[in-house]
Amino acid sequence: MQLPDVNEKWTHRINTVTIGATKEQGGTRGKTITVGGQTTLPSLTFEGATPNKPVIAGYVADTPPDWPDTLKNAIGKEINSPAEWARKCVETFGVDMINLSLIGADPSGKNSTPAECARVVESVLKAVDVPLIIRGCNDEEKDNLVLLECSQASRGENCLIGSAKEKNYRTVVAICKADKHKIIAEAPVDINIGKQVNILLQDSGFDLNDVVMFQTTAALGYGLDYVYTILERARTTGIKGDKLMAMPQLCDVGGETWRVKEAVADEDVLPGWGSLQKRGPMWEAACAAAYLQAGADILIMAHPAAIATIKMLIQRLS
Amino acid sequence: MAALTGMQIYKNLPRSNCKECGFPTCMAFAMQVAAKQKALGDCPRITDDAKNSLADASSPPMKLVTIGPEGKQFTFGQETVMFRHEERFHHATGVAVRIRGALTEMQVDELVAAINRADFMRAGEKLAVALCAVEVDGYADPAGRVQRIAQNCRVPLILMGDNPETLCATAQAIPGQRPLLCKATPANVEFLAKLAAGAKCALAIGAGTLEELADATQKAKANCVDDLVLAFSDKNTSETIRQLTIARRAAIKKNFRALGYPALVEVNADSPEAETVLAATFAAKYAGIVVINGHEPWELLPVLTTIQSIYTNPQVPNAVEAKLYAIGSVTENSPVIVTTNFSLTYFSVAGEVERSKIPCYISVVNTEGLGVLNSYAGDKISPEKVLKTLQEQKVAEHVKHRKLIIPGLLPIFKGELEDISEWKEVIIGPESASKIPAFLNSVWK
Ligand code: B12
Ligand code: SF4
Repeated sequence: MQLPDVNEKWTHRINTVTIGATKEQGGTRGKTITVGGQTTLPSLTFEGATPNKPVIAGYVADTPPDWPDTLKNAIGKEINSPAEWARKCVETFGVDMINLSLIGADPSGKNSTPAECARVVESVLKAVDVPLIIRGCNDEEKDNLVLLECSQASRGENCLIGSAKEKNYRTVVAICKADKHKIIAEAPVDINIGKQVNILLQDSGFDLNDVVMFQTTAALGYGLDYVYTILERARTTGIKGDKLMAMPQLCDVGGETWRVKEAVADEDVLPGWGSLQKRGPMWEAACAAAYLQAGADILIMAHPAAIATIKMLIQRLS
Repeated sequence: MAALTGMQIYKNLPRSNCKECGFPTCMAFAMQVAAKQKALGDCPRITDDAKNSLADASSPPMKLVTIGPEGKQFTFGQETVMFRHEERFHHATGVAVRIRGALTEMQVDELVAAINRADFMRAGEKLAVALCAVEVDGYADPAGRVQRIAQNCRVPLILMGDNPETLCATAQAIPGQRPLLCKATPANVEFLAKLAAGAKCALAIGAGTLEELADATQKAKANCVDDLVLAFSDKNTSETIRQLTIARRAAIKKNFRALGYPALVEVNADSPEAETVLAATFAAKYAGIVVINGHEPWELLPVLTTIQSIYTNPQVPNAVEAKLYAIGSVTENSPVIVTTNFSLTYFSVAGEVERSKIPCYISVVNTEGLGVLNSYAGDKISPEKVLKTLQEQKVAEHVKHRKLIIPGLLPIFKGELEDISEWKEVIIGPESASKIPAFLNSVWK
């Protein structure tokens, strides 16, 4: 029996963004990472192309995050040194790139100086030759100072730096322009603000081909439904022709997962919910799997077992 | 139910304008039927063929299918959209745990017990395994095993096998249980359709291509089974997603009846971890049932929670009533906790309070279904609003003390609340609800 023609006529392409620079390109990376370029939804290659696979960025921080022991032990003692942690992510966990979160800069925490943060960036760049994502501590004033120095310290490396937000984008835009980095456009789970940030970036002369969107991320079971739908709407809008939404998308799955009960509390606290050892990484991996279906291109992930599972899934999906 | 237009109805009428229905023209009558003012049967001249074709056209584009006997049923299908934001996904994906043929009787009993146990409360909803998928090929007494499982298992059964005779024998061994027969192929679909029709069972059909599958469903329908399920074995995950998508689009967007049935995916993985993420993937992309081997809580919970998230209704905020809740046997000395009326937030907090074993009052502020930071960012909660809520709920009449515990994410409320209210000791709680038990046990002495 003949099937009806159900192909959608997507008319546009998600921007292709390349992160990292090799020696020939003025950096020191051993390879670059390219995301985006899709003209259809995940897996639907009968009506478009998906030239670049989603990638995993290993979560690394300048100071060990407040994480459960199951995760810290799975990473190992290297968690105490960002450079060694990054190296382990690449060499042992097999990630495609590194996300360096400078959470130690938080004024209400360790309050490390922008110069100290820049040293961390340099040490990580030296330790690994994969492309780098550099993110601040989520304190906007402090981040403006921190990202400025970190951007300069990684000049020429074509990093992905963030975040530019609706109310705080000028400095980040200026430094990414000056040092030729790519930028993360962040919005608080609001598709209209997401678009607005992109407009602001464009109006300030930043090339939207150098932007990755970050709609913020919710952990599985803690608002995933909202984020899933925003990623999916952004992606369909992008391939339908809205140039202001045609960017690759980032999800911070590791950063969100390891704060929620299901990834943190063991069986004595949650009787009948199974060993945390297994449940934690599974929580992270299932969350990542859902976001892959919604149109995520870069997944920031933390647990080596979750990373291994999602690497396998990405392989099976391509 | 897809509404019929006057034109669609008119085309199926005799178009003789005989006026026997009391209307001057067939068209006038058709308009009345479309407006649901008259029934088709009010035209004495309408043919059975026309009635059937209109019934078909007015039925939903994807069939609603029910598995299992009265009292333990699983219902799925009747989906209407490709993306949850277009409306909502209606019938949550059912997780079916497979009982492999190679298991011993003792292992089978253990697994059935595990399936019976596998239900979890999360955010005020019960999440549970929906079906038990029993392999019927490759061992001595499949009918005996199936009988035993049907008796002991809390969920309806899927009978999984390639041999139509065994499927037939096992289905007949459990009359009235209405298992899903899984699966027919284009080669044996007529045989199994007759069996399914006789036993009033739903039938799953698998085929190499969607075209063959469409042919096979029509053959089943011709043999009086319309409770059909499209079966996919996940040999190539991307290809399976493509097929699931095309089948659903054909049904929903093109009203292509031959594929207008819900789908079942047999997940095929070489590790429990792989199986879990694949099941989550298919829950998002159009499987009405996922069949897996995993039965451990750490495998099931992430999948069940993914399904819960994807199938929540995006049109309505998930909110609880904003009122004063008493958890446990409260007294006038019990702690008072403030939170928002987003279901997820309330149930996180209430669950942890229960776990602490310290009876508490929870005063829920109406934040229009937003969580803590969202209601703050969206101006739905403020110290004044908290105070007003406490007054409306007459909280001060329930307790002697004037201590108030506020969410750790809203520390700045402390000063103002203490200034403007009689609640003179405002205690900033932890940021995450999971730390509430430890917190209460150390602070509330
Ligand atoms: C899903 C989501 C949404 C959903 C709404 C979900 C909902 N019903 O609340 C939508 C898409 C609608 C949304 C909208 C907005 N969002 Co929003 N959203 C999120 C997201 C991704 C998850 C929030 C969530 O649901 N968490 C789960 C719930 C259960 O957490 P919770 O309520 O805090 O409860 C926990 C604890 O607080 C604790 N707890 C609760 N009560 C109590 C009480 C006591 C006593 C104690 C001890 C503990 C406790 O227990 C719970 C479990 O641990 C977060 C980012 C993130 N990853 O967290 C952003 C986030 C909260 N959103 C944000 C913003 C800015 C907005 C908007 C204002 C954007 C806009 N349109 O301008 C709107 C606001 C809504 C409006 N328009 O009025 C910001 C808030 C920034 C800030 N720090 O103030 C965030 C942090 C994103 C970001 N990084 O920028 N959002
Ligand atoms: S009775 Fe039937 S055929 Fe006659 S006018 Fe009415 S609708 Fe037309």
